[in-house]
Amino acid sequence: MADIRNNFVGIKSPNPFWLASAPPTDKAYNVERAFKAGWGGVVWKTLGEEGPPVVNVNGPRYGAIWGADRRLLGLNNIELITDRDLYTNLREMKEVKKNWPDRAIVASIMVPCEEQAWKAILPLVEETEVDGIELNFGCPHGMSERGMGSAVGQVPEYIEMVVRWCKQYTRMPVITKLTPNITDIRHPARAAKRGGTDAVSLINTISSIVSVDLDTFSPNPSVGGKGSHGGYCGPAVKPIALNMVAEIARDPETYGLPISGIGGITTWRDAAEFLALGAGNVQVCTAAMTYGFKIVQEMITGLSDWMDEKGHRSLDDVICRAVPNVTDWQYLNLNYIAKAHIDQDACIKCGRCHIACEDTSHQAITSMVDGVRHFEVMEEECVGCNLCVNVCPVENCITMEALPAGELDKRTGKVVDPTYANWTQHPNNPMARQAAE
Amino acid sequence: MERLGNGPKAGIEAGRLTAADYEANFADLHPRLDRHEALVESDRCYFCYDAPCMTACPTSIDIPLFIRQIQTGNPLGSAKTIFDQNILGGMCARVCPTETLCEQACVRNTAEDKPVEIGKLQRYSTDIAMEQGRQFYSRKAPTGKTIAVVGAGPAGLAAAHRLAMHGHSVVVLEAREKAGGLNEYGIATYKAVDDFAAREVDYVTAIGGIEIRNGQALGRDFSLSDLTAQYDAVFLGMGLAGVNGLGIEGEALTGVEDAVDFIAALRQAKDKSVLPIGRRVVVLGGGMTAIDAAIQSKLLGAEEVTICYRRGKENMNASPYEQDLATANGVIIRHWLAPKSIIGKDGTVAGIEVEYTAIRDGRLIGTGETGVIAADQIFKAIGQTFSASGLGALQFEKGKIVVDAEGRTSIEGVWAGGDCIGTGEDLTVSAVAQGRDAAESIAKALAAAAQPATAVA
Repeated sequence: MADIRNNFVGIKSPNPFWLASAPPTDKAYNVERAFKAGWGGVVWKTLGEEGPPVVNVNGPRYGAIWGADRRLLGLNNIELITDRDLYTNLREMKEVKKNWPDRAIVASIMVPCEEQAWKAILPLVEETEVDGIELNFGCPHGMSERGMGSAVGQVPEYIEMVVRWCKQYTRMPVITKLTPNITDIRHPARAAKRGGTDAVSLINTISSIVSVDLDTFSPNPSVGGKGSHGGYCGPAVKPIALNMVAEIARDPETYGLPISGIGGITTWRDAAEFLALGAGNVQVCTAAMTYGFKIVQEMITGLSDWMDEKGHRSLDDVICRAVPNVTDWQYLNLNYIAKAHIDQDACIKCGRCHIACEDTSHQAITSMVDGVRHFEVMEEECVGCNLCVNVCPVENCITMEALPAGELDKRTGKVVDPTYANWTQHPNNPMARQAAE
Repeated sequence: MERLGNGPKAGIEAGRLTAADYEANFADLHPRLDRHEALVESDRCYFCYDAPCMTACPTSIDIPLFIRQIQTGNPLGSAKTIFDQNILGGMCARVCPTETLCEQACVRNTAEDKPVEIGKLQRYSTDIAMEQGRQFYSRKAPTGKTIAVVGAGPAGLAAAHRLAMHGHSVVVLEAREKAGGLNEYGIATYKAVDDFAAREVDYVTAIGGIEIRNGQALGRDFSLSDLTAQYDAVFLGMGLAGVNGLGIEGEALTGVEDAVDFIAALRQAKDKSVLPIGRRVVVLGGGMTAIDAAIQSKLLGAEEVTICYRRGKENMNASPYEQDLATANGVIIRHWLAPKSIIGKDGTVAGIEVEYTAIRDGRLIGTGETGVIAADQIFKAIGQTFSASGLGALQFEKGKIVVDAEGRTSIEGVWAGGDCIGTGEDLTVSAVAQGRDAAESIAKALAAAAQPATAVA
């Protein structure tokens, strides 16, 4: 049986599945339910500074996009940090931690970008005996207009400065939560590292307008006919998050910096992919908000069963395993040649591969052979682009088959070369020629 | 009246059921999908390339497009996609044997043995458009030409609508009291509730330029030569008025009836409790008419309903779905039985003698073994024939009017479509396609004739 116990910057939890700082972790009631369901940890919903709490809108806070059968694919929110009194939250955090000593509780914090503000709140949090803190430099809506959240996360110098204060004023592990609303995620990650952070967590939500009401012409969620951009999350953002996690994991300047992976994690597979790309654990929100806390049971068993099947004994056998395989485009092997292959027994003859290829790609799939509806790859036209695989409704019906070395590529008329050769070495690359001269 | 214990009354009786039973039995077979159901079902469509469902549809409705329009919240656009090809798309959504047409071709059958419910989706959008009275077509400028259409059934209505679109005036001559043809008189009641056939006629003719004259029978009130003399073109869209007989002893007994008359009476009866039905009913035949008569006999309260078909299950013209519908309603279907004679008592039916059949040397023969099925009512559903007079020198083959690919008959200026011609399946949807295509051919011919003569170099 695989060991899925997690140790993230010294914070221990029975599994790597934490709930992200968000509405599901706003109060003891929810968090206790989550722990009962099996979640390994939670990042408590972001605390603000002492005083009158923030105020949320009283109209809709969420918008969404859906896939077939109204599966929720992307969620957008305009909710702010906790709108409950600071001391209520602190008291509940302390109590829950006492009741659930084996689970991780991390306090998310967002206070103004002033040393005094951070210096004031950190001891209060420390007193609750939770396991660590997460600096919310991510929320792109509302709080950012007040110079907090992503307004900090978008300026690497501020990140470094605040992290430094936190490391100075608390003994708790510091996790810096990054906003994806920047051009290059490596810069804020590097800044957090320079400030001394113990870890980064990402991604926070992406600035978004999720839809427009075509009757009222108001963006959704519509608050009295007006809308403002929100933070986008859910399955739709997973590819963006995976890339950002991998960028930090393989950046020489941040290499080895622990990462808590966040962004659209819905199943054990999503979680395993984040771990493989360098995340030390994962945080989940939208999936729980869509299906309830029970989904963690699928995640735990799925991850554990997969690890057993593959012979991975602990999370360390999985974490970072895909990182060495992430490279730059210029280093991809141009001598690797693959062709699509359609399994005629699995094919249901919908023809989508044909029309996708015919209209938008390389005219490499038949629609009719000898007067019969038949979809087959013409290898002499196929560039191996994988579009047909992606549009086919039947899993594994179309597969990409690599041509073995020595075999003829019918499209180019050349024999597959067994040697590795990339763009930096290619004769068509003017830089390559320059280097050769 | 004779009573058998507390059991049902013997003989042919009306009012066998309570008012609530009649209402429940003759309610809509498949109520319309609601919006949620339609969205869930439309999500299942793969939007296939050169979609097999579309090829399987005799009217070539762009099914993936109309389903995608439902899915994106545009049921009216969806309805127009359907009506563009089939102005009787509402009725076809109800009566098409989709299980042997579009839904049989759906790739989801290969994928998971469950096609997208195309018929129900078609009904969803066409119902919405018709309820809102949305007319998608207007007449082109009047051409001054008038075309006679004989028969206000599916073929005639489809032809009339398409001709009206082209700016022609149309006079539809219909022998019966109401327009609609088999849609009005020949469809099982639970498939077209709430007077749908009549509402559809109104919807189709609302385009304008179509005048329906009822009680006008070909051969009785006018002849084809009258029409060719008076009109710019003629479309013949008659149905099958003749009914095949059994040619066996006892056929004239009281209680032996044509299934088509029974079905028509059911459709026309506002109050089903006035319709008499036998306690034991035998239906002879293996097609849709036999199934419709048998199921509705059961729904009227017959205790025992048996379909006797002289060949095997696989030979039945009724689709497997229709057969299942019959058996689910308690109808017994017996195969390899041919009627031999009808047994009477005091001038009314008492039973039917049947003979077992078999195939020997590729021919259907009677085995000589016989049996008797007790019955007080027998419905004949062994096929209909085209019988018409007043058609002059029109060319026939195997009892049907000969037409070319565009629906042109042997007489210039006369087109035909629907059950009266020898090609295509005897389905509402095929009749619509034939009427529509003949109308296009007529419009083309009239336009060509209207062109001023051009000088030839």
